[in-house]
Amino acid sequence: MAATLTHRKIDWTGIAFAVVLTLIIVFPLLVVGTWAFTNVWRYPSVIPQEFGLRFWEQTLARADVWSSITMSLTLAFTVTALSAAICLPAAYAFARLDFPGRNLLFFSFLAGHAFPKFGLLVAIAGIFLQLNLIGTFWGVVLIQLVGTLLFMIWIPVAAFQSVDRRMEEAARDVGASPLRVFWSITLPQAGPTIAAAILLSFVGTFYETEGAWLIGAPQVRTLPVLMISFINNQPVIQYGAVLSVLLWVPSFIALLFARRVVNSGSFARGFGG
Amino acid sequence: MSVLSIKDVSKIFPNGNVRAVDSFSLDVADGELVCLLGPSGSGKSTLLRMVGGFETPTSGVMTIDGEDITRLPPEKRPTGMVFQSHALWTHMNVFKNLAFGLKLRKVSPDEIKRRVEGVLELVGLGGYGTRGVGQLSGGQQQRVALARSLVLEPKILLLDEPFASLDQHLRERLREEVRDIQQRLKITTLFVTHGQDEALSMADRIVVMRDGRTEQIDRPDVVYREPQTPFVAGFIGTMNLVEGTVSNGIFSRAGYSTPLPVSDGPATLAIRPEALDLAAAEDGGQGKVHRVTDYGTHGLVDLDLRDNTRIKAMVSHPDLFKAGQGVTLKPRAIAAYRDNALIHRA
Repeated sequence: MAATLTHRKIDWTGIAFAVVLTLIIVFPLLVVGTWAFTNVWRYPSVIPQEFGLRFWEQTLARADVWSSITMSLTLAFTVTALSAAICLPAAYAFARLDFPGRNLLFFSFLAGHAFPKFGLLVAIAGIFLQLNLIGTFWGVVLIQLVGTLLFMIWIPVAAFQSVDRRMEEAARDVGASPLRVFWSITLPQAGPTIAAAILLSFVGTFYETEGAWLIGAPQVRTLPVLMISFINNQPVIQYGAVLSVLLWVPSFIALLFARRVVNSGSFARGFGG
Repeated sequence: MSVLSIKDVSKIFPNGNVRAVDSFSLDVADGELVCLLGPSGSGKSTLLRMVGGFETPTSGVMTIDGEDITRLPPEKRPTGMVFQSHALWTHMNVFKNLAFGLKLRKVSPDEIKRRVEGVLELVGLGGYGTRGVGQLSGGQQQRVALARSLVLEPKILLLDEPFASLDQHLRERLREEVRDIQQRLKITTLFVTHGQDEALSMADRIVVMRDGRTEQIDRPDVVYREPQTPFVAGFIGTMNLVEGTVSNGIFSRAGYSTPLPVSDGPATLAIRPEALDLAAAEDGGQGKVHRVTDYGTHGLVDLDLRDNTRIKAMVSHPDLFKAGQGVTLKPRAIAAYRDNALIHRA
């Protein structure tokens, strides 16, 4: 053992990759994070001249910021709940039943992600215009629902498929009805992986921008949409930075939550690993 | 009075026209342990799964205590199944695994506690209720699986190769335990296995299956001593099966011949190694010793007939034989088969 340890080569390429990746991911976050807590930062100084919470106070004092936070959370909860209600039974059907066109349907969920999304959105927006869904809450819910389908079908399908059929049969054997088996055996067994899928679609919906902007604007304003308009319309960097840091909060909470609910293998299992 | 009655049951799976089970009939008496024994693909598991309600027969009728169960779903049947892969619910602890079926039956919590603890004692796992399934060894998991079925007091216990995933030592211990429990509770049991040792040591009766059909149904000692077909003869225990021809009451194959009082024609001669004596021959004899293996308690001689047909003989003094030596065969008991049926035994 000692010999192999001392003779083990240091993987410089691996370390280099890790360092570069870390820089690429962490550096922009660091810059944005710094900007959010900066009052004055002028060229050529490397460190801001004055730190402070001035722009936080200004941003949080705005009514449209609070209403967009509420809007984003309401949307994310609604879309995720609806998506779960629709997709989980469908995923179970895909995993356990054989019906004509099963494979074609299954791969059709990929279609929405296989083509340039914006083109698709514009086409959908045209249809929504005729249905009077443009600028409405439910219009945005619908468009964001489409975005969650892939995760909410494919991951739970893999989760259901990995549940041992014998476990379900054993439950039937001791007297459980098919519905009871699903509720007491299949769902808890697939639970952690499904929780991962729900988490992914919640965070994904919270950050979804194109659909929300195209269908919802200007009446329905989510936090990311507001951030874009801030960045576009305000010469002051700090407004965008503050909103950006605000946007980290849900994914940070989600990640903490994920570590508790989801064991490390579940994501991999969900993706067929 | 038979508890379980299977009449003319067939199963044809939709993909492919193979009859997994072909016109199978069996009556199992109260408290009896019947083993379904056969190689993989013989239809024994399919048959068991049909009794449990996990497969529907294509035709035929099954009754338990006279009641037709052929079309009942598993949850409506008075059967309890133990699966090969134990199939315990890993998100529940041992107690909850056992209590699940009782809860569905609306048994009171006190009664559940009493019955679960009683059955855990019975399978030698008293006090293991709060353990997680993953904390148990393979043998313990299989005991919990057995307890999960027993706690519901099924009319018929179904065991689907329950020891297949365990090592030899554990397998032998568990099958003794299961047999003890089965006899103590006098529970009617259908047991699927491909291991002849398991069938011979546990069963009241053995059903030898092949290609979805019954080859023979008998007590273990009868199946061993009086196999009705060459398949059974070859499948249970070690058997020398020699194909040859009978002419004028003499069976012969490659220089070996023995009297066989049957009509002329082809025949398969069956001789157990332990019923075959060997004598040293000066002039080459009927066969030549290939190898001698000394097992301490006995020896095993592998010998070849002149056309290299391999034959095994059990001898009490292996040191009397050596490789290359010519021997004469002196069987003490033989059976002969023709057209898959027994035609002679002596």
